[in-house]
Amino acid sequence: MKIPEELRFAASHEWATEPTDGIVTIGISDFAQDQLGDVVFVELPDVGRRLAAGEAAAVVESVKTASDIYAPLAGEVVEVNGALLDAPEAINTDAYGEGWLFRLRVTDADAWGGMLDANAYAAVAEEG
Amino acid sequence: MSDFPLVFERSAPGRRAARPPVTEGASMAELLGEEALRARPPRLPEVSELDLVRHYTQLAHRQFSIDGNFYPLGSCTMKYNPKLHEDAAERFLDLHPYQDPDHAQGILALLHGLQGDLATITGMDAISLQPAAGAHGELTGILMIRAYHEANGEGEQRRVVICPDGAHGTNPATASMAGYDVVEVPTGPDGEVDIDAFEAALGPDTAAVMLTNPNTLGIFERRILRMSAAAHAVGAQLYYDGANLNAVVGRARPGDMGFDVVHLNLHKTFTTPHGGGGPGTGPVGVKAHLAPYLPLPLVARDGDRYVLDGDRPRSIGRMRSFYGNVGNLVRAYAYIRSLGAEGLRRVSSMAVLNANYLRMKMKDAGFTIAFDRINMHEFVAQPPAGLHTLDIAKALLDHGVHPMTVYFPLIVKEAMMVEPTETESLETLDAYAAILVEILERAAADPAYLAGAPRHTPVRRLDETTAARKPVLRHAFADG
Amino acid sequence: MPYVPHTDDDVRRALAAIGVDDVDDLFVDVPAEILDPPLDLPAPMDEVTLLAHLDALAARDQQAVPTFLGGGVRRHFIPAVTPRLAMQGEFVTAYTPYQAEVAQGVLQSTFEFQTMMSELTGLPIANASMYDGASAVAEAALLAVRQTRRETVMVSRAVHPETREVLQTYLWPLDIDIEVVDLGPSLTTPVPTVGDHVAALIVQDPNHLGYLESMPAMAAAAHAAGALLIAVVDPLALAVLREPGSYGADIAVGDGQVLGVPMQFGGPAFGFMVVTDALLRQLPGRLVGQASDVDGRRAFVLTLQAREQHIRRSKAKSNICSNHQLAALLATVNMAALGPAGLREMAEGTVRRAHQLAAALRSAGADVAPNERFFAEFVLRTRAEGATLRRRLAKRGVRAGVPVAAEYGIGNAVTLAATELTTDADIEALLAALHDVGELGVVGTEVVA
Repeated sequence: MKIPEELRFAASHEWATEPTDGIVTIGISDFAQDQLGDVVFVELPDVGRRLAAGEAAAVVESVKTASDIYAPLAGEVVEVNGALLDAPEAINTDAYGEGWLFRLRVTDADAWGGMLDANAYAAVAEEG
Repeated sequence: MSDFPLVFERSAPGRRAARPPVTEGASMAELLGEEALRARPPRLPEVSELDLVRHYTQLAHRQFSIDGNFYPLGSCTMKYNPKLHEDAAERFLDLHPYQDPDHAQGILALLHGLQGDLATITGMDAISLQPAAGAHGELTGILMIRAYHEANGEGEQRRVVICPDGAHGTNPATASMAGYDVVEVPTGPDGEVDIDAFEAALGPDTAAVMLTNPNTLGIFERRILRMSAAAHAVGAQLYYDGANLNAVVGRARPGDMGFDVVHLNLHKTFTTPHGGGGPGTGPVGVKAHLAPYLPLPLVARDGDRYVLDGDRPRSIGRMRSFYGNVGNLVRAYAYIRSLGAEGLRRVSSMAVLNANYLRMKMKDAGFTIAFDRINMHEFVAQPPAGLHTLDIAKALLDHGVHPMTVYFPLIVKEAMMVEPTETESLETLDAYAAILVEILERAAADPAYLAGAPRHTPVRRLDETTAARKPVLRHAFADG
Repeated sequence: MPYVPHTDDDVRRALAAIGVDDVDDLFVDVPAEILDPPLDLPAPMDEVTLLAHLDALAARDQQAVPTFLGGGVRRHFIPAVTPRLAMQGEFVTAYTPYQAEVAQGVLQSTFEFQTMMSELTGLPIANASMYDGASAVAEAALLAVRQTRRETVMVSRAVHPETREVLQTYLWPLDIDIEVVDLGPSLTTPVPTVGDHVAALIVQDPNHLGYLESMPAMAAAAHAAGALLIAVVDPLALAVLREPGSYGADIAVGDGQVLGVPMQFGGPAFGFMVVTDALLRQLPGRLVGQASDVDGRRAFVLTLQAREQHIRRSKAKSNICSNHQLAALLATVNMAALGPAGLREMAEGTVRRAHQLAAALRSAGADVAPNERFFAEFVLRTRAEGATLRRRLAKRGVRAGVPVAAEYGIGNAVTLAATELTTDADIEALLAALHDVGELGVVGTEVVA
């Protein structure tokens, strides 16, 4: 399973990029997409929505499951990946790239550092 | 290889089958106004009667059913649907719900009798026959509980419904529809609700606890009397999901277990036909303190007449139009009156006997039994290591038997939930076990065997992913 | 005992395999104090006795007489071939089609049903049916609330009173408000001004009293406020009436009994819901979609199940688990048997017979409401109270007169319905009975109970 070193992770399998001008990009890990199976649909949050850390923000559906995606950090949704509406499979094929879900303007950029780093997340994924 | 045609693909312009009586007269434009009329007729099939018959007969042959196949689906109670019940229902087809009740005393007597029978069987005080399905009965029951708490001034305080983590999905879905938050309590290693977690979760904010007994693992909750006492002690109401009543019908009653509200699935325990997915029927029963909240109308006696009682000021209202799925209520009545108390005792006794017998056979065949103890009418198994439940299910299809329920309950990995019911002979169970043995042997000998199953069914495994990503939900005509 | 095959030998063999001595040993987990209570149920009846018992009950019910009852259920022509095909054992005793490979019968016929309902309503996406028209309306209202995130629905008073009661029951727990639009003097609904707090406007066409509504104007009024239009429609009437898709409805719902389901004292029939593409993800209930198998065969499968309770649990679009499959199948087979020509003939026959009845009543001096734009049913103002009149007519061998509820402010009144099955003899029988009870404009006549 790919676990890019430059990202931080939540125990619930979301990843977040390092804040750049206060903006982070969020998606789900390669491990998570493998567990879910073929993604058929994604429900994304509205732009402008304010999310608390840990709040359910999106839903990723496969044929047999629907998984809540939780905002790993608090912030406001500034952009969503509309391309996923026509091509949800990007989450399976490119979980860290084309499969990104949404971007947040975070309220506390330092909180990113408190998320799991690649090694810590690898341990979580192994247990899971 | 051509596809099996849709009825539209058998059509030709101008063909027709049935001819209704025709009335000549003024045009629709004159009678209704031109602006009210549709411009283009609907593109319904145009087939001859013989083509119609061939089409739907051939479609029936592309379908498993209890009549044709053993169907041990856990939690569904796929018992034999007696043909006698079809004859019974035929006597009550031409009744209009709004005909004068004094000229419908027969059907009203039947419904009143059924209300009484179900109250007796469940140990409850009053019954509504209105709900159209189990889930509909659940919503009815939870709404009554909510009305009860609001009438007692505790509506704001009690916001939570507790469900076990093994609960059927309808339970939390129902709680949400009724405006509640859901709290799940875990199942313990013995397969029963973790009693400490359960008691810890109860509090002044608890509106209701929703339980099935036996639970969705087929295990009887031995501590049920303690659980109902604990729930009542905090002022919560207890809801019984009747999906598993076949395990105890005629021998134990949810009313005696301490439940305040019960729903029944007549299409399970009382063998009204599943129909390929419905109609079901989900009557609810309540203890006296909740009776004022029952949906209206109820069938009541007024002297020597039966009436539809709609004068119930504290009722939660109507859950659906008219009075209930009467056609199926007649079938359930016929069943109960055919069996009597002794017959119903025999149903649960033999259902539990068959399930335990099949458990032993599956264990012998190499399956893991999730909770290897005396179970009730169903049990949960798991395939041998390295094999997947889905693949075994697909292999069963090639042998003309329907698989058990797969991947439910969610709390057991690779779950296979098996419920043979009491209407199957031991020979059928033996044959099923023998098929499982053969499947495991072939799987061990040839790794591709399971992945390629089924091979002999009308269609093979489907690409459900594409079907969900690019939904095609109706036939597209050539002219758009 | 019927239906249970076990002989004593079978029981012995099974007990031995399980390793217990007695069947009661299998009930050891049930607390002794609640096991085997006495059950006071009537003694069991054999097949002959049971059918005689049911015949005796049925003899107390009035069936097979001239019938003019409407109110959402009507007696229509159902060709013999329809129940024979739909009630084949494979369809009756099948389970929900979760294993698609062995369920193509149910799945394909449902796909055909979805197509037919889409054709009738002119909207693209139909679900696989729901419990009944009333609960389908309630679910449509909930859908509109989810979609618009508004907390009020507007509903015409001419929507069936029982439907409005069910709507109330479903919306109350979620604190959604209901505003009722009153009727005008023609017994139709004036086009309301819709506020931007409204999620949906709900209008029934033909309405509960039988009359046609101004549906295109209703759609415009709803959309002007960003609300949805929910059209509650009669599917048989759609064989001739403009379809909801043609006037901009977002959701078409209704009851399917008139499409080929026997009346059965009110159920089971089925509800239907058909929506625009934009509402697909919010649609409750089962959906059948087209798919390919590994060999490239076309096949059908339950799809988009992630909306439903068994996956989303507390976040499902609805708690609905089943559909009314077998009743919907009766309609599917029936619509295929009749085809567009047969369905149109039935609808036209219904309209003509209903108008003939109204004309005959007017000629006989009855107080028929003046609005002539009705489909199958219309209002008759009466001297007697509605339910009383209905009883008097029943005693004279005619089923007629659904009482008009007091909330309509018409005073004593009933609705009368006709269908393509109504004969001249039926109409004469009704007129004779009405005359007999003093309803045909003869002032001062003694009314015989």
